[in-house]
Amino acid sequence: MTDLIERFLAGERRALSRILTRVENGTPEGREYLRQLYPRSGRAHTIGVTGGAGSGKSSLTGSLAAELRRRGHEVGVIAVDPSSPFTQGAILGDRIRMQDLVLDPGVFVRSMASRGALGGLAPTIDDVVAVMDAFGFPYVFIETVGAGQDEVEIAGTALTTVLVNNPGTGDDIQALKAGIIEIADILVVNKADRPGADVLVSQLRALLSLAPSEGRDVPILSTVATTGDGVPELVDAIDEHRAWLDSSGELDKHRRQEARHQVLSVAQRILLERVRRETSEDALAELVAQVAGRGLDPHTAAEQLVEQGELV
Amino acid sequence: MTASPETTAGQKIRVLIAKPGLDGHDRGAKIVARALRDGGCEVIYTGIRQTPQMIAEAALQEDVDVVGLSILSGAHLELFPRIVEELRSRGLDDVLLFCGGIIPEEDTDALEAMGFSAIFRPGTNTRDIVSFVYDNASSE
Repeated sequence: MTDLIERFLAGERRALSRILTRVENGTPEGREYLRQLYPRSGRAHTIGVTGGAGSGKSSLTGSLAAELRRRGHEVGVIAVDPSSPFTQGAILGDRIRMQDLVLDPGVFVRSMASRGALGGLAPTIDDVVAVMDAFGFPYVFIETVGAGQDEVEIAGTALTTVLVNNPGTGDDIQALKAGIIEIADILVVNKADRPGADVLVSQLRALLSLAPSEGRDVPILSTVATTGDGVPELVDAIDEHRAWLDSSGELDKHRRQEARHQVLSVAQRILLERVRRETSEDALAELVAQVAGRGLDPHTAAEQLVEQGELV
Repeated sequence: MTASPETTAGQKIRVLIAKPGLDGHDRGAKIVARALRDGGCEVIYTGIRQTPQMIAEAALQEDVDVVGLSILSGAHLELFPRIVEELRSRGLDDVLLFCGGIIPEEDTDALEAMGFSAIFRPGTNTRDIVSFVYDNASSE
Protein backbone atom coordinates (compact mmCIF):
# COMPACT_ATOMS: atom_id res chain seq x y z
CA MET A 1 0.00 0.00 0.00
CA THR A 2 2.78 2.43 0.93
CA ASP A 3 4.52 1.47 -2.30
CA LEU A 4 1.52 2.45 -4.43
CA ILE A 5 1.11 5.75 -2.56
CA GLU A 6 4.79 6.53 -3.10
CA ARG A 7 4.50 5.81 -6.81
CA PHE A 8 1.34 7.95 -6.93
CA LEU A 9 3.13 10.83 -5.24
CA ALA A 10 6.01 10.44 -7.70
CA GLY A 11 3.49 11.05 -10.49
CA GLU A 12 3.28 7.51 -11.87
CA ARG A 13 0.10 7.15 -13.92
CA ARG A 14 -0.18 3.40 -13.40
CA ALA A 15 -0.31 3.99 -9.65
CA LEU A 16 -3.01 6.64 -10.13
CA SER A 17 -5.01 4.19 -12.23
CA ARG A 18 -4.77 1.36 -9.68
CA ILE A 19 -5.71 3.60 -6.78
CA LEU A 20 -8.67 4.97 -8.75
CA THR A 21 -10.03 1.43 -9.16
CA ARG A 22 -9.81 0.69 -5.45
CA VAL A 23 -11.34 4.02 -4.48
CA GLU A 24 -14.09 3.63 -7.07
CA ASN A 25 -14.95 0.21 -5.66
CA GLY A 26 -15.21 1.65 -2.16
CA THR A 27 -13.30 -1.24 -0.62
CA PRO A 28 -11.73 -0.80 2.86
CA GLU A 29 -8.36 -0.57 1.08
CA GLY A 30 -9.77 2.09 -1.24
CA ARG A 31 -11.04 4.11 1.72
CA GLU A 32 -7.58 3.94 3.28
CA TYR A 33 -6.01 5.32 0.07
CA LEU A 34 -8.58 8.10 0.09
CA ARG A 35 -7.86 8.89 3.74
CA GLN A 36 -4.18 9.32 2.95
CA LEU A 37 -4.63 11.31 -0.24
CA TYR A 38 -7.59 13.50 0.67
CA PRO A 39 -5.50 16.21 2.41
CA ARG A 40 -3.68 16.73 -0.90
CA SER A 41 -6.91 17.46 -2.79
CA GLY A 42 -8.74 20.76 -3.04
CA ARG A 43 -6.38 22.45 -5.46
CA ALA A 44 -7.93 21.45 -8.79
CA HIS A 45 -10.53 23.44 -10.65
CA THR A 46 -13.27 20.82 -11.04
CA ILE A 47 -15.56 21.40 -14.01
CA GLY A 48 -18.80 19.52 -14.59
CA VAL A 49 -20.01 19.05 -18.15
CA THR A 50 -23.64 18.01 -18.31
CA GLY A 51 -26.46 17.98 -20.84
CA GLY A 52 -28.70 15.63 -22.78
CA ALA A 53 -27.63 12.38 -24.42
CA GLY A 54 -25.91 13.22 -27.69
CA SER A 55 -25.57 16.91 -26.89
CA GLY A 56 -21.81 16.74 -27.44
CA LYS A 57 -20.53 16.52 -23.87
CA SER A 58 -17.68 14.15 -24.70
CA SER A 59 -16.60 16.01 -27.82
CA LEU A 60 -16.75 19.30 -25.97
CA THR A 61 -14.79 17.91 -23.01
CA GLY A 62 -12.16 16.65 -25.46
CA SER A 63 -11.95 20.05 -27.16
CA LEU A 64 -11.73 21.86 -23.82
CA ALA A 65 -8.93 19.55 -22.68
CA ALA A 66 -7.06 20.12 -25.95
CA GLU A 67 -7.36 23.91 -25.57
CA LEU A 68 -6.07 23.73 -21.98
CA ARG A 69 -3.13 21.63 -23.19
CA ARG A 70 -2.33 24.34 -25.76
CA ARG A 71 -2.25 26.74 -22.82
CA GLY A 72 0.20 24.46 -21.03
CA HIS A 73 -2.04 22.86 -18.39
CA GLU A 74 -2.43 19.18 -17.51
CA VAL A 75 -5.96 17.81 -17.51
CA GLY A 76 -7.79 14.93 -15.84
CA VAL A 77 -11.11 13.71 -17.22
CA ILE A 78 -13.68 11.48 -15.52
CA ALA A 79 -16.43 10.39 -17.89
CA VAL A 80 -19.52 8.66 -16.51
CA ASP A 81 -21.78 6.44 -18.60
CA PRO A 82 -24.84 4.52 -17.38
CA SER A 83 -24.84 1.01 -15.93
CA SER A 84 -27.59 -1.37 -16.98
CA PRO A 85 -30.27 -1.49 -14.29
CA PHE A 86 -30.74 -5.19 -15.05
CA THR A 87 -27.27 -6.68 -15.52
CA GLN A 88 -25.17 -3.92 -13.87
CA GLY A 89 -22.95 -4.06 -16.93
CA ALA A 90 -22.01 -0.96 -18.89
CA ILE A 91 -20.57 0.22 -22.16
CA LEU A 92 -18.23 3.13 -21.50
CA GLY A 93 -17.75 4.90 -24.81
CA ASP A 94 -16.83 8.49 -24.02
CA ARG A 95 -13.17 7.91 -24.92
CA ILE A 96 -14.17 7.52 -28.58
CA ARG A 97 -14.66 11.30 -28.76
CA MET A 98 -11.30 12.02 -27.12
CA GLN A 99 -8.94 10.06 -29.41
CA ASP A 100 -6.57 12.95 -30.01
CA LEU A 101 -5.76 13.08 -26.29
CA VAL A 102 -4.98 9.40 -25.71
CA LEU A 103 -1.23 9.65 -26.24
CA ASP A 104 -0.79 13.03 -24.57
CA PRO A 105 1.11 12.41 -21.31
CA GLY A 106 -0.52 15.56 -19.88
CA VAL A 107 -4.02 14.09 -20.09
CA PHE A 108 -5.57 11.22 -18.14
CA VAL A 109 -9.05 9.98 -19.05
CA ARG A 110 -10.94 7.59 -16.81
CA SER A 111 -14.35 6.10 -17.58
CA MET A 112 -16.79 5.28 -14.78
CA ALA A 113 -20.08 3.41 -14.79
CA SER A 114 -22.96 4.96 -12.86
CA ARG A 115 -23.44 1.72 -10.84
CA GLY A 116 -26.99 2.43 -9.81
CA ALA A 117 -26.48 6.01 -8.65
CA LEU A 118 -29.19 8.50 -9.47
CA GLY A 119 -28.41 12.05 -10.46
CA GLY A 120 -26.13 11.48 -13.46
CA LEU A 121 -22.95 10.49 -11.63
CA ALA A 122 -21.61 7.41 -9.81
CA PRO A 123 -21.73 6.38 -6.12
CA THR A 124 -18.08 7.16 -5.41
CA ILE A 125 -17.62 10.05 -7.85
CA ASP A 126 -16.56 12.55 -5.19
CA ASP A 127 -13.84 10.18 -3.95
CA VAL A 128 -12.56 9.56 -7.48
CA VAL A 129 -12.49 13.30 -8.18
CA ALA A 130 -10.52 13.86 -4.95
CA VAL A 131 -7.89 11.31 -6.08
CA MET A 132 -7.51 12.95 -9.51
CA ASP A 133 -7.26 16.30 -7.72
CA ALA A 134 -4.62 14.94 -5.31
CA PHE A 135 -2.56 13.65 -8.26
CA GLY A 136 -2.04 17.29 -9.19
CA PHE A 137 -4.15 17.97 -12.27
CA PRO A 138 -4.97 21.70 -12.16
CA TYR A 139 -8.15 21.01 -14.17
CA VAL A 140 -10.41 17.98 -13.64
CA PHE A 141 -13.43 17.55 -15.90
CA ILE A 142 -16.40 15.45 -14.82
CA GLU A 143 -18.68 14.45 -17.65
CA THR A 144 -22.11 13.23 -16.48
CA VAL A 145 -24.31 10.60 -18.09
CA GLY A 146 -26.78 12.06 -20.56
CA ALA A 147 -28.84 14.24 -18.25
CA GLY A 148 -32.46 15.19 -18.71
CA GLN A 149 -34.24 17.59 -16.44
CA ASP A 150 -33.35 16.71 -12.90
CA GLU A 151 -29.79 15.37 -12.77
CA VAL A 152 -28.35 18.17 -10.66
CA GLU A 153 -25.80 16.34 -8.48
CA ILE A 154 -22.94 17.61 -10.62
CA ALA A 155 -23.38 21.14 -9.25
CA GLY A 156 -22.21 19.87 -5.86
CA THR A 157 -19.35 17.75 -7.16
CA ALA A 158 -17.87 20.38 -9.49
CA LEU A 159 -16.92 23.99 -8.78
CA THR A 160 -18.04 25.10 -12.24
CA THR A 161 -21.00 23.52 -14.01
CA VAL A 162 -21.30 23.79 -17.78
CA LEU A 163 -24.71 22.88 -19.21
CA VAL A 164 -24.62 21.83 -22.86
CA ASN A 165 -27.73 22.57 -24.96
CA ASN A 166 -28.44 22.01 -28.63
CA PRO A 167 -30.66 23.82 -31.12
CA GLY A 168 -33.87 22.07 -32.12
CA THR A 169 -34.43 20.02 -28.97
CA GLY A 170 -37.59 21.51 -27.51
CA ASP A 171 -39.52 24.74 -27.20
CA ASP A 172 -38.95 27.43 -24.60
CA ILE A 173 -41.33 25.78 -22.13
CA GLN A 174 -38.73 23.05 -21.63
CA ALA A 175 -36.28 25.69 -20.52
CA LEU A 176 -38.86 27.31 -18.23
CA LYS A 177 -39.15 24.23 -16.07
CA ALA A 178 -37.25 24.07 -12.83
CA GLY A 179 -34.26 21.81 -12.48
CA ILE A 180 -31.08 21.39 -14.41
CA ILE A 181 -30.93 24.82 -16.01
CA GLU A 182 -30.77 26.43 -12.57
CA ILE A 183 -27.46 24.74 -11.75
CA ALA A 184 -25.59 26.07 -14.78
CA ASP A 185 -22.72 28.45 -14.14
CA ILE A 186 -22.13 28.61 -17.88
CA LEU A 187 -24.64 27.80 -20.62
CA VAL A 188 -23.34 26.42 -23.90
CA VAL A 189 -25.21 26.11 -27.18
CA ASN A 190 -23.22 23.34 -28.86
CA LYS A 191 -23.67 22.29 -32.51
CA ALA A 192 -24.14 26.02 -33.06
CA ASP A 193 -23.64 25.56 -36.81
CA ARG A 194 -27.10 23.98 -36.96
CA PRO A 195 -30.32 25.86 -37.71
CA GLY A 196 -32.05 27.38 -34.71
CA ALA A 197 -28.91 28.12 -32.70
CA ASP A 198 -29.51 31.88 -32.64
CA VAL A 199 -33.12 31.38 -31.52
CA LEU A 200 -31.99 29.09 -28.69
CA VAL A 201 -29.40 31.64 -27.53
CA SER A 202 -32.03 34.38 -27.35
CA GLN A 203 -34.50 32.06 -25.59
CA LEU A 204 -31.88 31.18 -22.99
CA ARG A 205 -30.97 34.85 -22.59
CA ALA A 206 -34.62 35.79 -22.06
CA LEU A 207 -34.96 33.03 -19.52
CA LEU A 208 -31.89 34.10 -17.58
CA SER A 209 -33.09 37.69 -17.46
CA LEU A 210 -35.98 36.47 -15.29
CA ALA A 211 -33.77 34.55 -12.87
CA PRO A 212 -32.78 36.13 -9.56
CA SER A 213 -29.27 37.49 -9.93
CA GLU A 214 -26.63 36.09 -7.61
CA GLY A 215 -24.11 38.80 -8.24
CA ARG A 216 -22.98 37.28 -11.48
CA ASP A 217 -24.43 36.92 -14.98
CA VAL A 218 -24.48 33.41 -16.39
CA PRO A 219 -22.73 33.62 -19.76
CA ILE A 220 -24.17 31.92 -22.85
CA LEU A 221 -21.58 30.69 -25.34
CA SER A 222 -21.93 29.10 -28.75
CA THR A 223 -19.61 26.24 -29.70
CA VAL A 224 -19.03 23.65 -32.39
CA ALA A 225 -17.11 21.04 -30.41
CA THR A 226 -16.05 19.03 -33.46
CA THR A 227 -14.29 22.02 -35.08
CA GLY A 228 -13.24 23.77 -31.88
CA ASP A 229 -15.21 26.94 -32.71
CA GLY A 230 -15.97 28.87 -29.53
CA VAL A 231 -13.87 26.58 -27.34
CA PRO A 232 -11.15 29.13 -26.41
CA GLU A 233 -13.91 31.53 -25.32
CA LEU A 234 -15.47 28.75 -23.23
CA VAL A 235 -12.14 28.08 -21.49
CA ASP A 236 -11.92 31.82 -20.74
CA ALA A 237 -15.43 31.74 -19.27
CA ILE A 238 -14.52 28.72 -17.11
CA ASP A 239 -11.44 30.54 -15.78
CA GLU A 240 -13.50 33.68 -15.17
CA HIS A 241 -16.02 31.68 -13.14
CA ARG A 242 -13.22 30.30 -10.98
CA ALA A 243 -11.85 33.81 -10.44
CA TRP A 244 -15.35 34.96 -9.43
CA LEU A 245 -15.68 32.04 -6.98
CA ASP A 246 -12.38 33.06 -5.39
CA SER A 247 -13.11 36.77 -5.16
CA SER A 248 -16.77 36.57 -4.07
CA GLY A 249 -16.33 34.15 -1.18
CA GLU A 250 -18.57 31.63 -3.00
CA LEU A 251 -15.70 29.11 -3.12
CA ASP A 252 -15.68 28.58 0.64
CA LYS A 253 -19.47 28.41 0.69
CA HIS A 254 -19.46 25.79 -2.08
CA ARG A 255 -16.80 23.71 -0.33
CA ARG A 256 -18.68 23.74 2.99
CA GLN A 257 -22.00 22.83 1.36
CA GLU A 258 -20.37 20.01 -0.56
CA ALA A 259 -18.51 18.71 2.49
CA ARG A 260 -21.78 18.68 4.46
CA HIS A 261 -23.54 16.87 1.64
CA GLN A 262 -20.80 14.25 1.39
CA VAL A 263 -20.61 13.60 5.11
CA LEU A 264 -24.39 13.18 5.35
CA SER A 265 -24.63 10.95 2.30
CA VAL A 266 -21.83 8.69 3.51
CA ALA A 267 -23.52 8.53 6.92
CA GLN A 268 -26.73 7.56 5.14
CA ARG A 269 -24.92 4.79 3.29
CA ILE A 270 -23.29 3.47 6.47
CA LEU A 271 -26.65 3.36 8.24
CA LEU A 272 -28.25 1.56 5.33
CA GLU A 273 -25.42 -0.97 5.19
CA ARG A 274 -25.87 -1.56 8.91
CA VAL A 275 -29.60 -2.15 8.50
CA ARG A 276 -28.91 -4.58 5.64
CA ARG A 277 -26.29 -6.39 7.73
CA GLU A 278 -28.42 -6.65 10.84
CA THR A 279 -31.62 -7.83 9.21
CA SER A 280 -32.00 -11.28 7.77
CA GLU A 281 -33.13 -11.79 4.20
CA ASP A 282 -36.18 -13.61 5.61
CA ALA A 283 -37.22 -10.66 7.77
CA LEU A 284 -36.81 -8.30 4.82
CA ALA A 285 -38.74 -10.64 2.51
CA GLU A 286 -41.57 -10.81 5.04
CA LEU A 287 -41.88 -7.02 5.21
CA VAL A 288 -41.60 -6.69 1.45
CA ALA A 289 -44.40 -9.22 0.96
CA GLN A 290 -46.66 -7.29 3.34
CA VAL A 291 -46.04 -4.01 1.52
CA ALA A 292 -46.51 -5.60 -1.91
CA GLY A 293 -49.82 -7.06 -0.67
CA ARG A 294 -50.84 -3.61 0.60
CA GLY A 295 -51.11 -4.94 4.14
CA LEU A 296 -48.45 -2.51 5.31
CA ASP A 297 -47.31 0.85 3.99
CA PRO A 298 -43.63 1.36 3.04
CA HIS A 299 -42.98 3.91 5.82
CA THR A 300 -44.18 1.64 8.62
CA ALA A 301 -42.27 -1.28 7.11
CA ALA A 302 -39.05 0.75 6.94
CA GLU A 303 -39.48 1.86 10.54
CA GLN A 304 -39.87 -1.76 11.60
CA LEU A 305 -36.78 -2.70 9.60
CA VAL A 306 -34.69 -0.05 11.32
CA GLU A 307 -36.04 -0.99 14.77
CA GLN A 308 -35.31 -4.68 14.17
CA GLY A 309 -31.76 -3.63 13.44
CA GLU A 310 -31.75 -1.95 16.87
CA LEU A 311 -30.47 1.30 15.45
CA VAL A 312 -32.97 3.55 17.16
CA MET B 1 -24.10 11.85 -3.93
CA THR B 2 -27.63 10.44 -4.01
CA ALA B 3 -27.62 6.75 -4.68
CA SER B 4 -30.46 4.30 -4.91
CA PRO B 5 -30.66 2.10 -1.79
CA GLU B 6 -28.90 -0.83 -3.39
CA THR B 7 -26.15 0.44 -5.64
CA THR B 8 -23.84 -2.09 -7.21
CA ALA B 9 -20.75 -1.38 -5.21
CA GLY B 10 -17.65 -3.52 -5.21
CA GLN B 11 -15.56 -5.08 -7.90
CA LYS B 12 -16.59 -5.30 -11.53
CA ILE B 13 -14.64 -6.90 -14.33
CA ARG B 14 -13.41 -4.12 -16.60
CA VAL B 15 -12.77 -5.02 -20.24
CA LEU B 16 -11.21 -2.96 -23.02
CA ILE B 17 -12.52 -3.84 -26.48
CA ALA B 18 -10.34 -2.35 -29.19
CA LYS B 19 -9.90 -2.54 -32.94
CA PRO B 20 -6.29 -2.10 -34.00
CA GLY B 21 -5.27 -1.26 -37.51
CA LEU B 22 -7.01 0.19 -40.51
CA ASP B 23 -10.07 -1.96 -41.13
CA GLY B 24 -13.23 -0.12 -40.18
CA HIS B 25 -15.65 -2.99 -39.67
CA ASP B 26 -16.50 -2.92 -35.99
CA ARG B 27 -19.77 -4.84 -35.94
CA GLY B 28 -18.13 -7.87 -34.36
CA ALA B 29 -16.37 -5.76 -31.73
CA LYS B 30 -19.64 -4.04 -30.85
CA ILE B 31 -21.51 -7.35 -30.55
CA VAL B 32 -18.83 -8.68 -28.19
CA ALA B 33 -18.91 -5.43 -26.18
CA ARG B 34 -22.69 -5.70 -25.90
CA ALA B 35 -22.54 -9.38 -24.87
CA LEU B 36 -20.03 -8.59 -22.12
CA ARG B 37 -22.17 -5.65 -20.96
CA ASP B 38 -25.16 -7.99 -20.76
CA GLY B 39 -22.93 -10.38 -18.84
CA GLY B 40 -22.37 -7.67 -16.22
CA CYS B 41 -18.93 -6.39 -17.23
CA GLU B 42 -17.93 -2.75 -17.56
CA VAL B 43 -16.74 -2.49 -21.14
CA ILE B 44 -14.60 0.37 -22.38
CA TYR B 45 -15.01 0.67 -26.12
CA THR B 46 -12.40 2.75 -27.91
CA GLY B 47 -13.63 2.72 -31.49
CA ILE B 48 -11.79 1.85 -34.69
CA ARG B 49 -8.30 2.55 -36.05
CA GLN B 50 -6.40 2.29 -32.79
CA THR B 51 -2.62 2.16 -32.77
CA PRO B 52 -0.83 -0.25 -30.39
CA GLN B 53 0.19 2.72 -28.20
CA MET B 54 -3.39 4.02 -28.01
CA ILE B 55 -4.71 0.62 -26.95
CA ALA B 56 -2.06 0.13 -24.27
CA GLU B 57 -2.47 3.66 -22.95
CA ALA B 58 -6.27 3.27 -22.74
CA ALA B 59 -5.78 -0.05 -20.91
CA LEU B 60 -3.47 1.68 -18.43
CA GLN B 61 -5.73 4.67 -17.77
CA GLU B 62 -8.81 2.48 -17.40
CA ASP B 63 -7.03 -0.16 -15.27
CA VAL B 64 -8.75 -2.97 -17.15
CA ASP B 65 -8.58 -6.63 -16.20
CA VAL B 66 -9.08 -7.84 -19.77
CA VAL B 67 -8.16 -6.62 -23.27
CA GLY B 68 -10.07 -8.01 -26.26
CA LEU B 69 -8.85 -7.23 -29.77
CA SER B 70 -10.94 -7.52 -32.91
CA ILE B 71 -9.21 -7.73 -36.26
CA LEU B 72 -10.36 -8.55 -39.77
CA SER B 73 -7.55 -7.11 -41.85
CA GLY B 74 -5.07 -9.98 -41.56
CA ALA B 75 -2.47 -7.78 -39.87
CA HIS B 76 -2.73 -9.54 -36.48
CA LEU B 77 0.76 -11.04 -36.61
CA GLU B 78 2.13 -7.55 -37.29
CA LEU B 79 0.04 -5.58 -34.81
CA PHE B 80 -0.59 -7.92 -31.89
CA PRO B 81 3.08 -8.36 -30.85
CA ARG B 82 3.44 -4.58 -30.78
CA ILE B 83 0.32 -4.25 -28.61
CA VAL B 84 1.63 -6.88 -26.19
CA GLU B 85 4.98 -5.06 -26.11
CA GLU B 86 3.29 -1.70 -25.39
CA LEU B 87 1.21 -3.26 -22.60
CA ARG B 88 4.29 -4.84 -20.99
CA SER B 89 6.32 -1.66 -21.22
CA ARG B 90 3.58 0.01 -19.14
CA GLY B 91 3.69 -2.74 -16.52
CA LEU B 92 0.41 -4.28 -17.67
CA ASP B 93 1.65 -7.86 -17.76
CA ASP B 94 -1.18 -9.42 -15.76
CA VAL B 95 -3.97 -8.43 -18.15
CA LEU B 96 -6.03 -11.26 -19.68
CA LEU B 97 -5.78 -11.11 -23.47
CA PHE B 98 -8.16 -12.50 -26.06
CA CYS B 99 -8.78 -11.81 -29.70
CA GLY B 100 -11.32 -12.44 -32.40
CA GLY B 101 -12.03 -11.98 -36.09
CA ILE B 102 -10.56 -13.47 -39.23
CA ILE B 103 -7.60 -15.35 -37.81
CA PRO B 104 -6.29 -18.47 -39.61
CA GLU B 105 -5.95 -21.67 -37.58
CA GLU B 106 -2.24 -21.86 -38.36
CA ASP B 107 -1.64 -18.65 -36.43
CA THR B 108 -3.05 -20.08 -33.19
CA ASP B 109 0.28 -21.22 -31.75
CA ALA B 110 1.97 -17.90 -32.47
CA LEU B 111 -0.83 -15.98 -30.75
CA GLU B 112 -0.84 -18.27 -27.74
CA ALA B 113 2.90 -17.82 -27.42
CA MET B 114 2.34 -14.07 -27.42
CA GLY B 115 0.03 -14.44 -24.44
CA PHE B 116 -3.45 -14.63 -25.95
CA SER B 117 -5.58 -16.97 -23.85
CA ALA B 118 -8.36 -17.39 -26.40
CA ILE B 119 -9.15 -16.77 -30.06
CA PHE B 120 -12.80 -16.41 -31.05
CA ARG B 121 -13.54 -16.92 -34.73
CA PRO B 122 -16.74 -16.26 -36.74
CA GLY B 123 -19.63 -18.38 -35.49
CA THR B 124 -18.60 -18.22 -31.83
CA ASN B 125 -21.51 -18.08 -29.40
CA THR B 126 -21.16 -14.84 -27.45
CA ARG B 127 -22.02 -16.75 -24.26
CA ASP B 128 -18.72 -18.63 -24.67
CA ILE B 129 -16.87 -15.30 -24.70
CA VAL B 130 -18.64 -14.11 -21.54
CA SER B 131 -17.89 -17.44 -19.81
CA PHE B 132 -14.25 -17.24 -20.85
CA VAL B 133 -13.93 -13.77 -19.33
CA TYR B 134 -15.61 -14.75 -16.06
CA ASP B 135 -13.58 -17.96 -15.77
CA ASN B 136 -10.22 -16.33 -16.40
CA ALA B 137 -10.30 -12.69 -15.34
CA SER B 138 -9.49 -11.52 -11.86
CA SER B 139 -11.11 -8.22 -11.02
CA GLU B 140 -9.86 -5.98 -8.28
